[in-house]
Amino acid sequence: MYRYDSYDQKIVDERVAQFRDQTRRYLAGELTDDEFRPLRLQNGLYIQRHAPMLRVAVPYGLLASRQIRTLANIARTHDKGYAHVTTRQNFQFNWPELKVVPEILAELAQVEMHAIQTSGACIRNITSDPFAGVAGDEYIDPRPWCEVLRQWSTFHPEFAFLPRKFKIAVNGAHQDRAVIQCHDIGLELKRDAAGEIGFRVLVGGGLGRTPIIGEEISDFVPWQHIITYCEAILRVYNRYGRRDNLYKARIKILVKALGIAEFKRQVEEEWTFGKNGPNTLTEAEVARVAAHFTTPAYTQLPGDDAGYAAQRAANPAFAAWAKRNVLAHKVPGYAVVVLSLKDPKRAPGDITDAQLDLVADLADAYSFGEIRATHEQNLVLADVQQSDLFAVWEKARAAGLATPTFGLLNDMICCPGGDFCALANAKSIPIANAIQERFDDLDYLYDIGDLELNISGCMNSCGHHHVGHIGILGVDKNGSEWYQVSLGGSQGNSTSIGKVIGRSFAAAEMPDVISKVIDVYRAQRQEGERFIETVRRIGLDPFKIGVYGDAAIIERKQNA
Amino acid sequence: MPKLIRNGRVVDDNAEILVLDETQAPEALNLPEGPVFVPLAVWQAHKGVLSGRPSLGVWLDSHEGVEDLAGDLDSLQAIALNFPKFTDGRAYSGAALLRSRYGFKGEIRAIGDVLRDQFFFMQRCGFDAIQPKAGKYSDAQLEEALASLQDFSTPYQAAIDQPEPLFRRAARAA
Repeated sequence: MYRYDSYDQKIVDERVAQFRDQTRRYLAGELTDDEFRPLRLQNGLYIQRHAPMLRVAVPYGLLASRQIRTLANIARTHDKGYAHVTTRQNFQFNWPELKVVPEILAELAQVEMHAIQTSGACIRNITSDPFAGVAGDEYIDPRPWCEVLRQWSTFHPEFAFLPRKFKIAVNGAHQDRAVIQCHDIGLELKRDAAGEIGFRVLVGGGLGRTPIIGEEISDFVPWQHIITYCEAILRVYNRYGRRDNLYKARIKILVKALGIAEFKRQVEEEWTFGKNGPNTLTEAEVARVAAHFTTPAYTQLPGDDAGYAAQRAANPAFAAWAKRNVLAHKVPGYAVVVLSLKDPKRAPGDITDAQLDLVADLADAYSFGEIRATHEQNLVLADVQQSDLFAVWEKARAAGLATPTFGLLNDMICCPGGDFCALANAKSIPIANAIQERFDDLDYLYDIGDLELNISGCMNSCGHHHVGHIGILGVDKNGSEWYQVSLGGSQGNSTSIGKVIGRSFAAAEMPDVISKVIDVYRAQRQEGERFIETVRRIGLDPFKIGVYGDAAIIERKQNA
Repeated sequence: MPKLIRNGRVVDDNAEILVLDETQAPEALNLPEGPVFVPLAVWQAHKGVLSGRPSLGVWLDSHEGVEDLAGDLDSLQAIALNFPKFTDGRAYSGAALLRSRYGFKGEIRAIGDVLRDQFFFMQRCGFDAIQPKAGKYSDAQLEEALASLQDFSTPYQAAIDQPEPLFRRAARAA
């Protein structure tokens, strides 16, 4: 993975000093709340219900074991013994005191970490495929490109005060695992006819209040020009994006208002000035960065491990975990392991200090010391030998990190919601836990099969509810918490935005509602058909009838 | 005398920023003596008369494009770009465009809601004069605030103050 040189280190060290002084001036009354707010946000610091919340950047989700141990130590020392993995592959702490945040940042800087631009109206942490470098369907490793873009976007002086936040994702595999269609800029690595690397560029996607799927602005930008091309997009957005209404300030609104053709014309006109300028990437720089993402020293193995097959045959619990949470690796004899953070006894995405330390130990012992965070709020050991899987499982299971539900209904994405977040309209964690409790029978879960259930506590959509096969959105009705259900959303190559099925529900109704949705699916599905495929084939009406009863549907049709 | 930061030092400056209220039409020219920044509308209405005047600048609000001055740059010694709120970042692009695309060599001044924690970004985008609102900082605070110009010693990306990105400036070891 990428290691800092003296330049990278100096920038994060100087950031610590800068934020220390800003915090001092704020606490001394020299900075007003309004003046300090954007400064702390651009350092990932929110003021939340209970205390500040600090979001630590994990560039494109990649972590080293020593970084995990530092996060564990911060959780232990400055928090209540746990951290939270976010839907942008970052880590959050919910309980640090403002005055110790500079100390936390200093501790992070010692292991090449920071909280730069994890919030605020600026270019945010760049996200990518959590299986980068090990997925069989990958054709270009996205990580060097993410790192190049990370450096370019860090403290970019022109784009520190955009109309609104700005998110970039990069994918380099046949399957899109980075949700590139729902980003302000989505980059798909590709090769042209001559074999040269470049990017298909999508723009104006996003979730939030107005979910929009990104549109293609260029089918191929050669790699040398990707920074200048992004700068042209950002400059047009910075100058002409709306600043009069917070809810209309994302680039997607500008792209829709102008139309993609006119937006592209403006960007490409702007690009004529920057193209071939100093920000044009050089082969030397790309090679320098790419050299950090070398193939680990894999042991040459003949193929699938016979012992692993025998262990699965002998132990059904291990076999169940292996079936769901162990994924194919491109190297013979290796596997990718998903460490689940979806233990029903905990909030989705939460991890304790002791679990973090264990993850670091597992990574050191079995996976070249590296860990990845996924936007589905799990952790990944990307390079485990099949012959070590049983040992990894036993240790992970003892620590509550082996819930064998990866990709199933219980593996939900869930924002912190009203328990922690000051923006939320409704709680989300208790809904997640109540659904997990209802669907606690593994055989039943396996029978339901692949299903993505995403929960957001408000329209800001941190829980990606728009792209959940089942999406749950917390809404406020006259001061009480209600939940709206949508179906048919999907991430990945065929990204779609889910549609709301009807009136919203009280929290206590939610497990029943999900049960009814699942009953309709099980009654209607064809052989081998996944939930999302059934929804697409039969439409929403059968689900509405299943949830609300015939009367509601007939009434709706009459009113239509 | 009012103070501002010019080329990294606190200096006296007595230029007036002429702001028209709703009752004043830009056509009715009534300029104070001495150095002054006039609004774009006044400049456009009186270009011929104003062109020769010494110590004259034009100021643009954040919704006004620097393109509107593209043909006039030879007649102007200074351009001020207003930050109505410090979170309105349009003037960063405006300054960068004036320096890079239009080659403006005169003073580019940041005015309005100008705060020390943004000085670094302003300097990088081509502002060589930075003028916080009168009374925002004491003289001593303004001297202290110079430190913010040095928040980061070696930025990654190309900008106006440093036209080459780090990867072209430095031999970085792999």
